[in-house]
Amino acid sequence: MDKKNSWQEFVIPRLIRASGYSAIVFVALIFYFLLREGLPALAEVKLGELLSQRWYPIEAHFGILPLITGSLIVTLGAMLVAIPFGIGTAVFLSEIAPRWLREVLKPLVELLGGLPSVMLGFLGILVLSPFLRIFLNLPTGLTALAGSLLLGGIAVPTVVSIAEDALDAVPMSYREGAWALGATRWQTIWRVTLPAARSGVLTALMLGVGRTIGETMTVMMVTGNAPVMAIALDSILHPVRTMTATIAAEMGEVATGSTHYHVLFFIGMLLFLISLVVNVLASSVVFRSKKRAERVLS
Amino acid sequence: MDKIVIEHLNLQYSDGTESLRDINLSIPAHAVSVLFGPAGGGKSSLLRCLNRLNDLTEVKVASGRILLDGENILDPKTDVIALRRRVGMVFARPVVLPMSMRQNLTYALELAGEKRRSRLEEAVERGLKLAALWDEVKDRLDEPAIALSGGQQQRLCLARVLAQQPEVILLDEPTSGLDPISTAKVEAALQELKKEYTLVLVPHSVQQAARTADFAAFFLQGELVEWAPGKEIFTHPQQQRTEDYVEGRFG
Amino acid sequence: MTVKRSRMDRTLMQRLGFALMSLVAMLTIIPILAVIVYIVSKGAPAISWEFLSGFPHDGMRAGGILPAIVGTLYLTLGTAVFSVPLGIAAAIYLSEYARENWLTRAIRIAIINLAGIPSVVYGLFGLGLFVLFLKFGTSILAASLTLSIMTLPVIISASEEALRAVPQSFRTVSIALGGTRWQTIRRIVLPQALPGILTGVILGLERAAGETAPILFTGAAFFLPQLPHSPLDATMALPYHLFVISTQVPEMPIQIQYGTALVLLAFVLLMNVTATVIRSRARARRQW
Repeated sequence: MDKKNSWQEFVIPRLIRASGYSAIVFVALIFYFLLREGLPALAEVKLGELLSQRWYPIEAHFGILPLITGSLIVTLGAMLVAIPFGIGTAVFLSEIAPRWLREVLKPLVELLGGLPSVMLGFLGILVLSPFLRIFLNLPTGLTALAGSLLLGGIAVPTVVSIAEDALDAVPMSYREGAWALGATRWQTIWRVTLPAARSGVLTALMLGVGRTIGETMTVMMVTGNAPVMAIALDSILHPVRTMTATIAAEMGEVATGSTHYHVLFFIGMLLFLISLVVNVLASSVVFRSKKRAERVLS
Repeated sequence: MDKIVIEHLNLQYSDGTESLRDINLSIPAHAVSVLFGPAGGGKSSLLRCLNRLNDLTEVKVASGRILLDGENILDPKTDVIALRRRVGMVFARPVVLPMSMRQNLTYALELAGEKRRSRLEEAVERGLKLAALWDEVKDRLDEPAIALSGGQQQRLCLARVLAQQPEVILLDEPTSGLDPISTAKVEAALQELKKEYTLVLVPHSVQQAARTADFAAFFLQGELVEWAPGKEIFTHPQQQRTEDYVEGRFG
Repeated sequence: MTVKRSRMDRTLMQRLGFALMSLVAMLTIIPILAVIVYIVSKGAPAISWEFLSGFPHDGMRAGGILPAIVGTLYLTLGTAVFSVPLGIAAAIYLSEYARENWLTRAIRIAIINLAGIPSVVYGLFGLGLFVLFLKFGTSILAASLTLSIMTLPVIISASEEALRAVPQSFRTVSIALGGTRWQTIRRIVLPQALPGILTGVILGLERAAGETAPILFTGAAFFLPQLPHSPLDATMALPYHLFVISTQVPEMPIQIQYGTALVLLAFVLLMNVTATVIRSRARARRQW
């Protein structure tokens, strides 16, 4: 081997190895910076104040509960949309639609996943919320409902893509066994295929939740940005404020190093932890079920 | 003289179970040596040790030596790249690289740094002629290799190994997916090749072993049961177990 | 008698069920098409050469959106420069070099984690590290670096999948012919995985191009009288521009809003279609 080659052989695998470790480095960096700028909030604001129900930074009220309930109600609403439409579409694509239709529709659903959230928020302001205002006779259409509908739409492609893969991965022999026993295709889907794909579908839903909690622009544009406690049944028809929208809306106006600044970073840290838990849970479901399958098959 | 000498070789799987126990074997040069026996006997594992391809698998050498021209190739200091150029391998399923036939054949030489067009062309022709494939493909060398039939692909794989002028050729059930005509072509090529090279073959049937072997070793459940010239082992085996297998009483 | 009835019931159930699923799927698909058609029809009237090549006037209410288009191009390029080599290299590590141990597991969890972090949290991180700590200021550099880390998991996942799809037998043959692992990757695995990697890269960059929250505090500017000169300048960007003109500017002409949305949509669609075309052409041309 010539000299140039052995130089390559020495350097490149090492660069590759270093790149592999980079993901861990970045996560650590992100966590560190969030902590660094967010923890001071705990020192500057009493915990009781932080957990109160009033978010009004101008008068130094930093209660984050309304923001948390805002995020929760929008996420809940979004999942109420995303679950039936996501799983239904996945079932349709994987089990019912003919091959050619599936090849046409799948890229379309993926396309929805690629649409910028600001664009959907834009349409939300101009089309969806006036519609809701008129149709439901509300004082304003900029509500948690508008956010839930749009976010549901944003979560659907994630759910469809992963659930469809999970359904696809169920071996044909399962379905054939059920048909041989006299079950209709419909019965097979609900009693055999879907249960077999259970863990993948669950993962899909959890990742959909993760996507929804983390959405910023869409909610900022259509949910009305009113930090009120969203715990009544009709709260969905009222404006709310999510954690993500709060950060995006207020960060531009805070002084670096002020209490408000630290509290916003603190909220960011909360979001980081929530997404960490949801996503790690989602992936461990997959790991665990794979191991179970290996045990059964060996 | 013996090209490869195996001394007290013990192989293990990564979980500790034994694969081969205390193998002692001498493989002569310029002959076809056959390793045969029922499935799971450890033959393929042994073959893969001869070019250190077991480094990629779960099979580890617990103890023993393998001498190629007197040097132990299991030594950690061995240059395995150079070793694999001297000891080539043909696998059970034809694996043509996703390139043209010409590129398949020049691949190994280009890996080694050979850039001269003339040398590369020489190697292409040499390998294909030795594998008895030259006449069939010489006009379409730049077509994708995947366009060839199964038997032709396997001979291409043989040609690929021959292009780098190895000393030893290992063949792991090389005709297992092939029709009888292609199989016959491959077996005929082996008889020609043994004049220049040392061949170690794991056959896919006892009949193939009997057809091709100058020397044969019978492996059963990780043990070397018997080792003798081909003419003797299939007609007058010394061990009862060998006779039972050759006669088809088990398998 | 009973058997015949139950078979009719079951068939009826199946027909209803299939119809329901088809309805659900159509209700999912049709809005997607509707969104595209709506934006195209409302935005097309605003598109002209002046719109695409001119600067905004009158507080964004007139003129063109060139700086936003150029800014998005710069940001996408900047993101590519950092995330593509790093992402592909990390994917090569995971697919070709890493062994299944706790460290590899930790890397995978880290990647999953990075993929799930909300985009606004990336914005905070970018602000903390690149803008303030490293003192890059609100700049293309800071925004690109932030977007790169956000795009990394997408590129790594797609690339790793593409690399793993290459048959193991190719690697075995290459090693048996005397190749090193890197030679095998460079000559066989990487070229064969390239279409899949490219698709993943394009889809990742498509997302980066459309993101607003990460660039809000790291690089986006509301109005700049000139195009950016250096990576340390701030820049306008299409998604941020759309956000601003649809929420912050009073008496903003609707036509320009839709026009901007259309340009952004076109950008995204172009990348999406390119990725899809690459994927299907590669599948047809595969030699294995």
